[in-house]
Amino acid sequence: MSYSRPLDMKNGRVDLTHGSGGRAMAQLIHDVFLRHFDNPWLAAQNDGACLPFPAGGRLVMATDSHVVSPLFFPGGDIGCLSVHGTLNDVAMNGARPLYLAASFILEEGFPLADLARIVESMARAAKAAGVPIVTGDTKVVEEGKGDGVFITTTGVGVVADGIDVSGDRARPGDCILLSGHLGDHGVAIMSLREGLSFETTIESDSAALHTLVAAMTDAVPTLRCLRDPTRGGLAAVLNEFASQSGVGMLIRERDIPVREPVLAACELLGLDPLYVANEGKLVAICPPEDAARLLAAMRAHPLGQDAAIIGEVVEDDHGFVQMETAFGGRRMVDWINGEQLPRIC
Amino acid sequence: MCLAIPARVVELLDGEMARIELGGVKKAISIALVDDVAVGDYLIVHVGYAIGKLDPAEAAETLALLGAMGRDADPANPQAYL
Amino acid sequence: MKYIDEFRDGGLARALAKTIAAEVVPGRSYRLMEFCGGHTHAISRYGLQDLLPAEVRLIHGPGCPVCVLPIGRIDSAIDLAVGRGVILCTYADTMRVPASAGMSLFKAKAGGADVRMVYSCDDALALAIEHPDREVVFFAIGFETTTPPTAAVIRRAAALGLKNFSVFCNHVLTPAAMVHIMESEAAPEAVAIDGFIGPAHVSTVIGYGAYEGFAECYDRPVVIAGFEPLDVMQSILMLVRQINEGRAEVENQFTRAVSRAGNLKAQQLVAEVFELRSSFDWRGLGEVEFSALKIRPGFAVFDAETRYGIAYRKVPDHKACECAAILRGHKRPADCKVFGTVCTPDHPIGACMVSSEGACAAHYTYGRFRVEQN
Repeated sequence: MSYSRPLDMKNGRVDLTHGSGGRAMAQLIHDVFLRHFDNPWLAAQNDGACLPFPAGGRLVMATDSHVVSPLFFPGGDIGCLSVHGTLNDVAMNGARPLYLAASFILEEGFPLADLARIVESMARAAKAAGVPIVTGDTKVVEEGKGDGVFITTTGVGVVADGIDVSGDRARPGDCILLSGHLGDHGVAIMSLREGLSFETTIESDSAALHTLVAAMTDAVPTLRCLRDPTRGGLAAVLNEFASQSGVGMLIRERDIPVREPVLAACELLGLDPLYVANEGKLVAICPPEDAARLLAAMRAHPLGQDAAIIGEVVEDDHGFVQMETAFGGRRMVDWINGEQLPRIC
Repeated sequence: MCLAIPARVVELLDGEMARIELGGVKKAISIALVDDVAVGDYLIVHVGYAIGKLDPAEAAETLALLGAMGRDADPANPQAYL
Repeated sequence: MKYIDEFRDGGLARALAKTIAAEVVPGRSYRLMEFCGGHTHAISRYGLQDLLPAEVRLIHGPGCPVCVLPIGRIDSAIDLAVGRGVILCTYADTMRVPASAGMSLFKAKAGGADVRMVYSCDDALALAIEHPDREVVFFAIGFETTTPPTAAVIRRAAALGLKNFSVFCNHVLTPAAMVHIMESEAAPEAVAIDGFIGPAHVSTVIGYGAYEGFAECYDRPVVIAGFEPLDVMQSILMLVRQINEGRAEVENQFTRAVSRAGNLKAQQLVAEVFELRSSFDWRGLGEVEFSALKIRPGFAVFDAETRYGIAYRKVPDHKACECAAILRGHKRPADCKVFGTVCTPDHPIGACMVSSEGACAAHYTYGRFRVEQN
């Protein structure tokens, strides 16, 4: 199909015709999405993708919407974030991701150059992960009704028989493991926020964790729980597990890795690193006899090099998550209602 | 009241401002409330303003005092708290 | 981080805890009130109460400027944003404070009002410069630490001749609050507080000399404590010693940042821009004389109260709310009938639950699983 004029990728902007289902939209899809996402299913240009599926195991499906602002930040952008985020959600069931879908809601006036940059980033992330984006959708909304771009990604994968990872499986005595340093993503985003801006070398840790998870389930098939501490941070995940499993948790502050600039940024803003978002880390719970083996498997993987055992699951009817502070006392790690805000006092 | 942090001055800027550094994080803040600020000074920073200077000699003395209390409290283990 | 990590050393903490335990007279009560949201936070976050003997009881005083801000003042701030269409700039601490009719600044923002969270009042000034066609109001709260920056920004606005910037001033004073606590009983001897942990950064500004009259008049020791947990513990030891020796002096533990005179430059700037209100309504404490500041007539064009004709309407606290007694150290959060049931951090009823620094909020978040001592 030839088009009367090429898209002006340098200075052009999205307009309402790009979402109307006509030739303009076809051109946008062809020149931007098909070009970068490049795989036979997408190239077939049907409404859906017809995909081979392995025999055995159970289907896992996950979906995630991405509304991050700013769109581009140190260490990543909304594009790779949307790919990593859904790959990780699938992986957190102990599953191997197979295919991704991506739908875009574009705001009228959104620069095509930015769109291309985001899509290229998504394509790179998907390729590196070995998971193609096989189908998608595009809509355009009027100016003022979107935040530039919203991306929703959905992923499907397969979890092998014998692997049973679920948030309600934590038992007293189990060990709690963390795959690496907390708070990098949240701090990277915050450093660009209006009215805060500070200079830091901290970059977002956005990463696809499915190969780390595969190494973990291979080493320890008895893995009980997995979750990635995104919004709400480590505190949210531990409180969720405690609630789902009807247990308590006791973690040790001195065992939790946090980079110094993240600690410093949190000091400056009055934030607690336990509540700051991560996009390339995971929390795992396993039986105590398997903890050493699980830790070794994590540390052997590039994304788990700084993994640590940070605490234990305990009996507790209240479902409290408590922490032994480095100072020697104990404190609660509460389940807060909304987002943690900076404070002055 | 009130969250303030001790941070080191790494650069003096125009308009009664300075760039401070803490643990690898840098930020431009106002020094309108403090006189005679030099690079290398430590300032107490609150809501984007330096409200005072930190005296390194006094800080060292306080830490020494704390360390001595540590030794007094546990004379069998004098090095434990250093 | 230098000058931070050293003062959080767990080994030194254990040593100090031993010393405190050794010097406390068994069975004697040491009720110590702190006046600083930062100290409330440090005590909770580091679990300091765990390291202290049962005789030492830490009481949270009215040191949280968000908690003591009356509902009526937040109503006025919301009205500026919603009714007058200004860009209302505020520290994030105030966003979730519930005001009248189930409103808050957070909800006002959700409803379309232009409410913006800022880290510094300078950010509000920058917005005013960037948007000359819009009115910008800075919602100023805080004790003496936060007041000098507000004074500096008003002076800068005056120097720039800005026509669209003003400040809604709710700055309050620490010594006045301390006096009010002591005056709450018929006689000072009846007040159930044995010593005061003085605020860290307020004192950097006002100096430790500011408390000498108080210590003498009410015969209670005051120790100015630094911000870190070791500072607080060392200060507790100093207070225990004063109480044992029957002294009532002002001592400075935070020597690295506090002098007797304080920051004179900051004090002068504050005196230039602000003057005392004869009285101010504190949430939980009621009307307190000479406890708050307003903008001087010379800077009236930057005073949001005169510029927008803001009238204060007092909104009383819930009948079951025990904040007044809790702020004076008479009652504990668990003594309040609505604590943890109707009144929680998600649905705060009174001042002590409103901010994470409030006694009830801190206890709910960090301490409610403990069994209460004495």
